[in-house]
Amino acid sequence: MSGPRPNLDLERLADRHRRMHRIRAFEEQAVAALEEGLVLGAIHPSIGQEACAVGAVGSLAREDLLLSTHRGHGHTLEKGASAVAMMRELFGREGGNCGGKGGSMHIADFSVGMLGANGVVGANINIAAGAAHAVRLKGERRIVCCIFGDGAVNRGPFLEGLNWARVFDLPVLFVCEDNAFAATTRTEAMTGGPGPAARAEALGIPARAVDGNDVDVVAEVTTELRERILDGGGPQFLWAKTWRLTGHTAVDKAAYRDAGEVEERWKDDPIARAADTLRAHGVAGETLSGHREAAVQEMRAAYEEAKAADWPEDRALYADVQDVGDPREAAFRW
Amino acid sequence: MVTTTYMEAGRRALAEEMRRDPTVWAVGEDLGRGGVFGQYAGMVEEFGPLRISDAPISEAAILGSAVGAALAGTRPVVEMRFADFALCAVDELVNQAAKARYMFGGQGGVPLVVREPMGMWRSSAAQHSQSLEAWYVHIPGLTVVAPATPGDNLRLLKAAIRSDDPVVYMEHKDLWGIEEELGEDEPPGEFGSARTVRDGNDATVVSWSAMVRNAAAAAEMLAEEGVSVEVIDLRTLWPWDRGAVLASVQKTGRLVVAQEAVSVGGFGAEVAATVSEAHFGSLKAPVKRLGAPRIPIPYAKPLEDMLRVGPDAIAAAVRAQL
Repeated sequence: MSGPRPNLDLERLADRHRRMHRIRAFEEQAVAALEEGLVLGAIHPSIGQEACAVGAVGSLAREDLLLSTHRGHGHTLEKGASAVAMMRELFGREGGNCGGKGGSMHIADFSVGMLGANGVVGANINIAAGAAHAVRLKGERRIVCCIFGDGAVNRGPFLEGLNWARVFDLPVLFVCEDNAFAATTRTEAMTGGPGPAARAEALGIPARAVDGNDVDVVAEVTTELRERILDGGGPQFLWAKTWRLTGHTAVDKAAYRDAGEVEERWKDDPIARAADTLRAHGVAGETLSGHREAAVQEMRAAYEEAKAADWPEDRALYADVQDVGDPREAAFRW
Repeated sequence: MVTTTYMEAGRRALAEEMRRDPTVWAVGEDLGRGGVFGQYAGMVEEFGPLRISDAPISEAAILGSAVGAALAGTRPVVEMRFADFALCAVDELVNQAAKARYMFGGQGGVPLVVREPMGMWRSSAAQHSQSLEAWYVHIPGLTVVAPATPGDNLRLLKAAIRSDDPVVYMEHKDLWGIEEELGEDEPPGEFGSARTVRDGNDATVVSWSAMVRNAAAAAEMLAEEGVSVEVIDLRTLWPWDRGAVLASVQKTGRLVVAQEAVSVGGFGAEVAATVSEAHFGSLKAPVKRLGAPRIPIPYAKPLEDMLRVGPDAIAAAVRAQL
């Protein structure tokens, strides 16, 4: 599927392979922690989709802004958030990115331009368009990247937000990370017409469809679209087709797909594909397994640190609601 | 002093804030042509189409993009045309704007103002007349403002624009033309500070928005009968001035809350419950809520008039308490 590529850069691909392993190891560690009761709420793993995170988010600049989804651990890690802070957040602990008040679905790290995952499918599209609006109003040279899933193209904000970005000519890259499932339903069964790219094009936004399991291709096209946006080309759309190898949530056994299909899809695992290419070009097997081992160790350490972390202080309950009004009023007397 | 209408006060507040702070901008349908009621007349000429921006009829995008624009360092003022239309953007306001600061652990705020012209006006019927302020008071993270006078519209809209949190700003459409003499230099108002419209000793009438006029008219009628009524205009519903209301009822021993909204589940219930909790033993009469029956707002004027809470109804409620 990947084949020989003229601009293959082994060192760069090896680094992307390493980073995909970090995401995989983070999520596997989080799933294990969920089974132990340490991760408190639902988590939505992106196992099998790591090439989208590393290819797209990894091709952004530090100053670019990112809006992500409920399935956003990989995006957030790639934008530069600390794995330890993220694990603490999943555990609801002090020192989490959001002080333990957001959890997996509301992870944000403003210090690296990650303006939030979102628990509402498609809601980040309008927010991203607005962040791009601010970028344009302030005359800044950076882009906003908005990643959403295939389910989001059936929500109203997809139409409103893409149209908004087009009519105001905003510096935003829309990335539809299509994992083929909207929660536990096959998206194709619930989507009219030829799909996300055609919908974007109908609104005047140039769209590219790529193999979302080929990390180099995702990165290459993202880089090209980002440049086009910075050159004043307006909003761009990337449709990265991948496949969700595990369930909707970490506890979803995904019995709505047969084992044979899943097994077949594992052969297209983006990490294995990158490894195959590297191996075929002479990269040592131990280098590749070293990536895996280092990632597992890093995330194990993040787990240990999160497990030892304190709960948020009680006063965090009432902090950061709003500047005015006492939130305790009218609830009960102290 | 300048004679200023309620509508002009809103325009003046926005213009003064836009001159003061280059990150303030406004976006909504038809703003380039002055807005549906003329609240933005002439503003695009001064500030240009980037800062007085037209928008597609996409309420979710208007409000949702304002959330993003606020998180990314600007202060958007969004126009919803009619409070009723803001319901197309409930997720954006309730799940996004109101929650971002808290759920992100204080990393960023959402300094946006949502202007929602509210209330009954010229037989606008069921989808252009509602008073939904209580919905927003129910949502942690939102500030809710409902000014009754031109001066408060000027001062509180300035305060709303300077607020670092989302503000639902509800101007009443029936007040656009009322006038007041205002100074050349009016500072921002304070949220959570009620206005005593009229002092009195026998009963307290609490209201907000356009209903304040009726409360004041009722007090005038009762004064001629020798009944002294204290009228309080809450001005902001979250935060709201519990202290002022409780102090007044402590003095008078009687409370009537008058609102244009449907009485069931309305903000009047919050005021009534608060007073009952604090002053049950010293009340001289049961607290009385006045509001609309729980029906959609009809078009025909005689029918619409039947659900209005007028001065007569307020005065009758006070008399029944004496």
